[in-house]
Amino acid sequence: MSILVSGRTGDWEIVIGMEVHAQVVSNSKLFSGSSAVFGASPNNHVSLVDAAMPGMLPVINGQCVKQAVLTGLGLNAKINKFSVFDRKNYFYADLPQGYQISQFKHPIVGEGEVQIELSDGNIHKVGIERLHLEQDAGKSLHDQHPSKSYIDLNRSGVALMEIVSKPEMHSAEQAAAYIKKLRSILRYLGTCDGNMEEGSLRADVNVSVRKPGEALGTRTETKNLNSVRFIMQAIEFEVHRQIELIEDGGEVIQETRLFDTATGMTRTMRGKEDAHDYRYFPDPDLLPLTFDDAFIEELKDGMPELPDEIKNRMVNEYGLSSYDANVLIEERETALFYELASDGRDRKITANWMSVELFGALNKAGIELAQSPVKPKQLGGLVDLISDGSISGKIAKEVFSAMFETGKDAKVIVEERGLKQVSDESAIISMIDEVLAANLDKVDEYRGGKEKLFGFFVGQVMKASKGQANPGMVNQLLKQKLDI
Amino acid sequence: MSDLLKMTATEARNSLLKKEISSVELLNAYQNAMEKTEALNNYVTPTLDAAKQMAVNADKAYAQGNAGPLAGLPIGVKDLFCTKDIETTACSAILKGFLPSYESTVTSNIWHSGGVMLGKLNCDEFAMGSSNETSIFGPAVNPWSKIDGIDLSSGGSSGGSASSVAAGSALMSLGTDTGGSIRQPAAFCGVVGLKPTYGRCSRWGIVAFASSLDQAGPFTRTVEDSALIFSVMAGHDPKDSTSASLGYTNFSEAVKSNIEGLRIGIPAEYNVDGMDIEISDLWKKGRAWLEQAGAKIVDINLPHTKYALPCYYIIAPAEASSNLARYDGIRYGKRIEAETLDAMYEATRADGFGEEVQRRILIGTYALSAGYYDAYYLKAQQVRRLIKEDFEKAFNDVDVILTPTTPTPAFPLGAEVSDPITMYLNDVFTVPANLAGLPGISVPAGLSNQGLPLGLQLLAPPFEEGRLFSVANAIEKQAEFLLAPARAAGDLQ
Repeated sequence: MSILVSGRTGDWEIVIGMEVHAQVVSNSKLFSGSSAVFGASPNNHVSLVDAAMPGMLPVINGQCVKQAVLTGLGLNAKINKFSVFDRKNYFYADLPQGYQISQFKHPIVGEGEVQIELSDGNIHKVGIERLHLEQDAGKSLHDQHPSKSYIDLNRSGVALMEIVSKPEMHSAEQAAAYIKKLRSILRYLGTCDGNMEEGSLRADVNVSVRKPGEALGTRTETKNLNSVRFIMQAIEFEVHRQIELIEDGGEVIQETRLFDTATGMTRTMRGKEDAHDYRYFPDPDLLPLTFDDAFIEELKDGMPELPDEIKNRMVNEYGLSSYDANVLIEERETALFYELASDGRDRKITANWMSVELFGALNKAGIELAQSPVKPKQLGGLVDLISDGSISGKIAKEVFSAMFETGKDAKVIVEERGLKQVSDESAIISMIDEVLAANLDKVDEYRGGKEKLFGFFVGQVMKASKGQANPGMVNQLLKQKLDI
Repeated sequence: MSDLLKMTATEARNSLLKKEISSVELLNAYQNAMEKTEALNNYVTPTLDAAKQMAVNADKAYAQGNAGPLAGLPIGVKDLFCTKDIETTACSAILKGFLPSYESTVTSNIWHSGGVMLGKLNCDEFAMGSSNETSIFGPAVNPWSKIDGIDLSSGGSSGGSASSVAAGSALMSLGTDTGGSIRQPAAFCGVVGLKPTYGRCSRWGIVAFASSLDQAGPFTRTVEDSALIFSVMAGHDPKDSTSASLGYTNFSEAVKSNIEGLRIGIPAEYNVDGMDIEISDLWKKGRAWLEQAGAKIVDINLPHTKYALPCYYIIAPAEASSNLARYDGIRYGKRIEAETLDAMYEATRADGFGEEVQRRILIGTYALSAGYYDAYYLKAQQVRRLIKEDFEKAFNDVDVILTPTTPTPAFPLGAEVSDPITMYLNDVFTVPANLAGLPGISVPAGLSNQGLPLGLQLLAPPFEEGRLFSVANAIEKQAEFLLAPARAAGDLQ
């Protein structure tokens, strides 16, 4: 399927591929024992290996290997039981070794696939070319001193997964859906925290345009985009820049570009002629990385359910709408919360209460689901009281507010405040009798044909019961009484 | 005093155990010897204060009966091993003043066994050289006689390590061997030099030259001493991913093993052009000695031998070009300030690296460059595989291979340094073992017409150092080599 953009000379097709750098969730770095935690003061998480002291050697961190394989499984990708670490050689002040240890010819994960859902509900598949493990570099700080640069090596050696897509996206929307979906999968797997602001997840976006049916155009690569919005902006800008350029008789140059977050524009960073010759070769300090099927199987067995599977169940088994399911599966915590809350009770009612009342309250209070004062089983308890008629929907809202405030169970609040719905027939009948006795004139009017007054009687009875009478029963019994 | 210098490490160890001598006495003798032989330029950083403390500790350990296997034995260390709080320069200007905060695994093993550290020994800059002439400290000098009044090269890169043991200013020493850097200087100086199997000794904390080839090994006066110190050096190190998962072995037993029935391979391809006649005579002698000792001589072929040197001079510089990228003036070592980062790199590295190191960085960078990688680096890796297979096939038929260590005896300083190709030819017999990851040992076996030591090399399958010791011991016995350099600190035998 292709989405076309019209230019002066006709329609254009956009081709987008993405290289995503995802920081691996692990306690220590890819080849050293120092902490990989974000936010320490500069140069506090730096081992001798990370600083590339003479004679230091890398040792692979098994946890990072597991995370990469797990991610590969989550991307339905081929897991390579044999992979090789290569050195990517270049000089930079925050690259202590003078090379980055990466995987070039033999990545740990091969081809896979990600399914994205577009706003029109269509499903689009984006191929994964490969995933490989590599080290992050340190950070250069140029704004600390008028004439010197400072180097922070805390990130130096932290494990990254580079996930390379095939050039199979054709709009900014698709690209956004892809990065969101990828982020969601990584977070479900617990292999990357997906925090784009902190740089745990960032994307290089390759964009080219062509006339439909023609060969691929020359692409540009825009580096280091760290929000979905920036990715979309950069793509939009590049698409229009390239189309205009070509339509004006110019040519797109293969180059690396930078995105300016202030202007939303991209600009040249370095051209093809300045491209580094990285002189890749297998790192002689490391043996090829090998593992067996049992290793993969064990990881497979421990794999959490992924959003696609959960959504399937929500729609096909629980009867939720695709929209509601999407809201609930966006974050793994939400889906787990929902599964717990709705287990053994009305799934749809639970879904509504969660996405309307609970999310509304959390939003208002500005807290995360994990901090919610209402726990999954408690929300379920509230749904139970609604389902068995103990409380009405209206009362339930009141109960929920109290739960959110106090953290108490719904049952406790209903009892404490005497909010239990009155479903006792005789009690309701006596209330009806009182109301009718007090409004004999209206009873006559009703019986005389003014049926509109029925709502008035219902209201009066509900008022008399302080809202606790079972509205269904009130309706039914009132009708019996009036229609005699 | 001079009697102390005559003791081999094994003899000294026995005397220390019997309390006939003390570690402090032994150290004093070596301190004297170091002073006497200062002109040989072997020590770049003596560590006598540390040595004294270590000797005192060793004597305490002997008194308490818990002395380690090397307790009290004076040992010198090539300046390529990082030693905690002791200047470690790789004999390069770029690392001048560098004080590591850590100790290499191999030297740690030595000190934990009670070894006494005499100091850091001269070597070629970053171990790149075959004559010790690329060192910023100037060359270590061969203690054997001069020729026409010119000092002889100790060989390299571990020149100081070989020369100090030959001159009696170290009882034993540590070196590293990437293409022959232990065996060639051992042969030039008349001592025993062992290059262990790749993966046998940890590379952690040793300044890297070519990671897939580098191995640490000992210099000793006898084969028995080599087994003694090697048993301590070897062992698995989880900090080195290429280190073999093998437990402790005491190699001293292997020295005495009978070699009767062992099959000794003589590779035809090692009869190279330009080999001195006295070297080929010595080779024949070695063959005869082993036959007399009951071994069987088998003629073998290692058909890809002639490609070993070119293959080595692609792979080693390629790895070196990357390994030496970390010397950038940013975090430690020399820095020449400049306006831009690139200018700083250029100034620092142009000033900090010597000519030979720069040459190899350039060769290596070229060999790895886009468009040349396949023709050079990849091809060299393929050739390396063939060389390895040559040995695998040969070791189906033989147990040990006997070759000369070098095509010539020691040459005068300055004779080859301006001609890199001639210099590289020194490694022609030693390089194949590094490419194939095999253990090799050079044993002093005779003298040239000019009275210079000559060595024979033995090669064995991976992790068969024990077999090397057995055969080397047989050669040592029959050769009755007399370690008597003109410029030694005293009588050594």
